[in-house]
Amino acid sequence: MNSGSNGKQPFLHIKREADLDKEFSKRIAKLAHGEKLYGCIQCGNCSATCPLSPYMDYTPRKVIAMVRAGFRDEVLSNSTVWLCASCYSCTVECPKGIKITDIMYALKREAIIKKVYPRNFAIPALSRTFYDEVRAGGRINETWLLTRFYMRTNIFKAIGFIGLALKLFGTGRLKLAEKKLKDRQQFRRMVESTSN
Amino acid sequence: MKYLYYPGCSLRSTGRAYEESLLAVFRVLGIDLAEIDDWNCCGATNYMSINEHRAIAITTRNLALAEQQGGSGEVHIIAPCNACYMGLQKTKIYLDTEQGLREKILKTMEGAGLRYEGRVVIRHPLDVLINDFGLDKLKMAVKKPLHDLRVISYYGCQMVRPIATFDHEADPVSMDQVAMTLGATAVDWGMKLRCCGGSMTSTVPDVGQRLNYLLLKEAKAKKGDIMITACPLCQFNLECFQGKISKKFRDDISIPVMFFTQLMGMALGIPEKELGIHRLFVKPRPVTV
Repeated sequence: MNSGSNGKQPFLHIKREADLDKEFSKRIAKLAHGEKLYGCIQCGNCSATCPLSPYMDYTPRKVIAMVRAGFRDEVLSNSTVWLCASCYSCTVECPKGIKITDIMYALKREAIIKKVYPRNFAIPALSRTFYDEVRAGGRINETWLLTRFYMRTNIFKAIGFIGLALKLFGTGRLKLAEKKLKDRQQFRRMVESTSN
Repeated sequence: MKYLYYPGCSLRSTGRAYEESLLAVFRVLGIDLAEIDDWNCCGATNYMSINEHRAIAITTRNLALAEQQGGSGEVHIIAPCNACYMGLQKTKIYLDTEQGLREKILKTMEGAGLRYEGRVVIRHPLDVLINDFGLDKLKMAVKKPLHDLRVISYYGCQMVRPIATFDHEADPVSMDQVAMTLGATAVDWGMKLRCCGGSMTSTVPDVGQRLNYLLLKEAKAKKGDIMITACPLCQFNLECFQGKISKKFRDDISIPVMFFTQLMGMALGIPEKELGIHRLFVKPRPVTV
């Protein structure tokens, strides 16, 4: 998607060892519940089976190598990890049992915590909108999820979806109001009492 | 046996026809479902991307509510949406295997007046149909066999990945078995598990719509009459974006895409209205006429 690398070849410039974050892989391994990423043999099965890898700046195999080497900023500010759709093909195919999808989740969370996720990319914006919606109401109303998502990103892009939205309303597949939780305050308190 | 039922948000909205047809089919077959009272969103993939512990906490609330409602002993929860099904399973596994996390989450539950004991079993409707109800009994219930209908089963990702409990993780067959029991021909094809991209049809249309184009194109090439699926987001992507996709790729990829429960309902002789057929964008002519 070239949002992070601006079309430049990411490995043409030299990165000094002192510029790498040697602690990065440890932190990601902890966040992803596993040390197995150190067992990666760089076979490339993950990239071969990934349906999204043709659209990524760095393939999943490369992401693992970069995490281990400490290319923190390159990985976290890039759109690649957000293109992971959680299909778990890589996790199932990995001969070393590495839960690659969970590593992708850990990288997304780390990018959110460090506030370095790609701001102009739509996928983290949807995730954040989704997160806020659930925290507030306990359930997702797809009408408001999409409305707030477009307000957060590019309201003009919504125009292309008006026809589709009208058809969904016409068939009763989008609604303005949904049933809400009985005690939303209590739900919210429960969510907020859970620290990460 | 009584099952608790976790609908999830999409089955109340874009995937309404899945809930309508599932409830109608299970009623006819005599499988008892009771909705989990006051359930909340499973968090799907998005919540996990932002805050893992909170994602696990909100899902545990659903499991705790189910235990409270289901009485003592094992409590079986049916989750029809692939994403909910996987999310609930993943949460249960985390709580079973990670002691530190479990303690933390249980404390959160206590604060909310809830208790989770780990007595839940997460079930997919296909699992219940095949392993509890039985295909022989289903065959006897068929009133209008779907002879000469070529059915393409699209499983999507999260029914068997990363946790395969009732079907094979690389080559699932449960939906094909159901289609064959209804009298249809199950078409063998290589993309039954290839990801539809989820919400990318909206967030990154160039990528998301292309993934769906490839799936629809292959389904047409295999001369499928109809596609069936068990995921509200897969169904939404494959069906509702057909207009945009055929325009974008200048190719006719129109094919009806319905929930497997809708197809079952047709074969069981349930009226179309009760199956949410009127909610489909692409009318399933091969079945309705």
